[in-house]
Amino acid sequence: MQKLVVIGAGMASGRLLEQLFEANPDAYEVTLFNAEPRGNYNRIMLSPVLSGEKSYAEIVTHDDDWYAGNKVTCRFGERVVSVDRERKVVVGEKGEVPYDKLVFGTGSSAFIIPCPGHDLPGVVAFRDLEDTTAMTEASGTPGGRAVVIGGGLLGLEAAAALRMRGMDVTVLHLSGHLMERQLDEAAGYLLQKDLEKRGITVLTKASTKMIQGDGKVESVLLEDGTVLPADIVVMAVGIRPQVQLAKESGLEMGRAIVVDAQMRTSDPSVFAVGECVEFEGNLFGLVAPLYDQAKVLAKTLLDEEDTFKVKQLSTKLKVTGCDLFSAGDFAEGEGREDIVFRDPARGVYKRLVLEGDKLVGAVFYGDTADSNWFFGLIRDGEDVSDMRDTLIFGPSFQGGATADPLSAVAALPPEAEICGCNGVCKGDIVAAIEGGATDLAAIKATTKASASCGTCTGLVEQVLSVTLGDEFVIPTVQPICGCCDLTHEDVRRLIKSKELKSQPAVWQELGWKTVNGCHVCRPAVNFYLLADWPLDYQDDPQSRFVNERNHANIQKDGTYSVMPRMWGGMTDANELRAIADAADKYGAAVKVTGGQRIDLLGVKKEDLPAIWSDLNDAGMVSGHAYSKGLRTVKTCVGSDWCRFGTQDSTGLGIKLEKRLWGSWTPHKVKLAVSGCPRNCAEATCKDVGIICVDSGYQIGVGGAAGMDVKEVERLVDVRTEEEAIDYTVAFIQLYREHAKYLDRPYKWLAKVGLDWVKEQVGDPATRAALIERFDISQSVYQKDPWADHVATRRRLYAPIADLTLEAAE
Amino acid sequence: MSWIDIGHIDDIPARGARVLKTQLGCIGLFRTGDDRVFAVTNTCPHKGGPLSEGIVHGNKVTCPLHNSVFDLETGAGTDGYAIETYPVRVEDGRVLIDGDTLSRRSAA
Repeated sequence: MQKLVVIGAGMASGRLLEQLFEANPDAYEVTLFNAEPRGNYNRIMLSPVLSGEKSYAEIVTHDDDWYAGNKVTCRFGERVVSVDRERKVVVGEKGEVPYDKLVFGTGSSAFIIPCPGHDLPGVVAFRDLEDTTAMTEASGTPGGRAVVIGGGLLGLEAAAALRMRGMDVTVLHLSGHLMERQLDEAAGYLLQKDLEKRGITVLTKASTKMIQGDGKVESVLLEDGTVLPADIVVMAVGIRPQVQLAKESGLEMGRAIVVDAQMRTSDPSVFAVGECVEFEGNLFGLVAPLYDQAKVLAKTLLDEEDTFKVKQLSTKLKVTGCDLFSAGDFAEGEGREDIVFRDPARGVYKRLVLEGDKLVGAVFYGDTADSNWFFGLIRDGEDVSDMRDTLIFGPSFQGGATADPLSAVAALPPEAEICGCNGVCKGDIVAAIEGGATDLAAIKATTKASASCGTCTGLVEQVLSVTLGDEFVIPTVQPICGCCDLTHEDVRRLIKSKELKSQPAVWQELGWKTVNGCHVCRPAVNFYLLADWPLDYQDDPQSRFVNERNHANIQKDGTYSVMPRMWGGMTDANELRAIADAADKYGAAVKVTGGQRIDLLGVKKEDLPAIWSDLNDAGMVSGHAYSKGLRTVKTCVGSDWCRFGTQDSTGLGIKLEKRLWGSWTPHKVKLAVSGCPRNCAEATCKDVGIICVDSGYQIGVGGAAGMDVKEVERLVDVRTEEEAIDYTVAFIQLYREHAKYLDRPYKWLAKVGLDWVKEQVGDPATRAALIERFDISQSVYQKDPWADHVATRRRLYAPIADLTLEAAE
Repeated sequence: MSWIDIGHIDDIPARGARVLKTQLGCIGLFRTGDDRVFAVTNTCPHKGGPLSEGIVHGNKVTCPLHNSVFDLETGAGTDGYAIETYPVRVEDGRVLIDGDTLSRRSAA
């Protein structure tokens, strides 16, 4: 009988032994080494053991009797020190074992982030029974807190199980959405929402800086300074093949032990199976291919023909209530087409990726009932051209309904607020409709919904349509773009009433028809989110037009213009000297602008951080001359110098600019303050223009001097400077909260009416609330983007590489 | 093909781009939302806009100057324009571009 030594008693080698003994129980005399002090158990089922749904005994695959029955010599709890391939012996801690054939089944180990504190007691992986036991013990403490690092399959299963045990669980994930290798953004968003519903906190883009504690884990510190108290930290960021022993034995290695299609290594007597294997450049982590390898290796060891092939894989998450499925390749690509179906009411997202006549990938969330059928189509490469139009509805579908553009409104609960001005909920409107109000005018009259600013008109009409069916025909409206069926106003209201706080949330809940929007809707949605949720939403530079991303104005030759802020149009010799130096150093043309500032034109992109840094050193910050935000506050010299000046117009201009700078608005906003009605600062054609008079300040709004020329309309007259600032801030916040992206204030005013705006900012409580919300937003956004980019994003301004230099060498 | 390592995929922002300087002029390296990387001419054939500064959506980019939209995989654009594409791949997180194509096209 030949001697077979197997190193590692995991799922792959376990399956190998089963296949081997079944085919020929007398072919080999087997010795099995395992570093863990036990035999083979079903590691996939550690999640249910952790959650308490199963016990360890239930997941044992091979017990003592099984090993005895198959005459396996078990060397459990004993490490293999080395392998001597010349003498064909395996050297264990307790002595040598000779072999004719040797199998590596050393598997993989958890990758531990080498941050400070990673070796503290209380930091565990989620790989074996020891880890599971440690977690179970930690969950015994009442009010215990767990931090799971890694939002992949394993991390999320651990998080859900610990939550089931009553722990307070936070998942940290480095990427922007959960399970990014298996799911796209939209499905990742739905998964996060489901996990949050069951009380798990999910932090994406969260980078761990260190684990803190005195003698044991006490907290986790993130790069952004957040501290999360923790009794246990689970590292589930990935696995790496455990191949040190194989490497020391001198076998051919890639990222793991290189094998051929018969699972043979570079040594014909040595084989490998499982997660420690590399085959045709692939590594393996899911169980299906491991079992295939085991089957092939059993045949090889019995001198039978068989060949291992890499197959399509599918993934499902073993967390009760989270239905997700992904299979195949769902990247976009040439000749590929997406079919996307979203049902916001049921929280369902389905995406199919077709290449030619074949289905090559699928991602489902919320409804995975037909996933096996779809997986079959992918695996078998079936021609799906005949059923293409209805493919996404699954195998049982024959004709029928298509996605309903009204589903987002149909899904709203009765308490969802439709009209923000008058506090009217969907339920009120439905009740009014049932009471006989069957058109928009009747709804306005009975409920006041859409009777004030009118931006919710589209939504009210949709509620009418959903409630009355065919009896109500919605007037045609202009959607934002081809990605969705909703208008800007509808999207704004739904972002608030459904509390949508991320772009994937908007795309999913409002039925976007594209994967991640387009250049028209992305900047708009990004603005709406940051304006409505300044503390929750993080601005996305990739959803901004080039000027706002690079904080400078792109010119027709691809160079940029740079314009520092000059508060109220005032400057001094130092600033002028720094500007002159910068113009020389970076070869910039110099232009005096209409907004009382100085523009440096023709600066190269790679020079931007340097010129900003120079201007910062002279005390200057970005003038936001490129932004949909506050531009300038133009002033005259006022009572300081002018013999006609009635008030300190320069001083008020500077105060307004210092209060408002850095804020993002639907379109650009320009202000001016003139010290007397002679109006040298041209305040009457600005978005907000203030004229100082003896009795105080006249505030005009909605002026313009662009494609349209408009004179301001009087918002209010006030006596004190403080009131002038309050009204201005409140007006701008109201505009930020309600206007359609790319509507200047005058366009917005034409839609909502000046009277409504006067009512809002005229009411002291409303005005105070608007000011408070503005200040909250400024606490996030009033910072100099130039200094910030110099400090954190400088490298992005340079080319990624310069091959012209290499060629010259 | 001779693959040249030009950087890590994380050097390119997701749904964003970086510029690569070559003998052929600037090439835009794009990373889509699903982490695919494409290399295309950085210059829009319409009025020379730097495509790497455009908004990336799906596997397309919109020129920042006048909103022409290009498919990053095929180079096909709206309004009948088209841009050159270059072989590029990602291996272990490293972005590799084919040097042979670059030198062949610069010789031609």
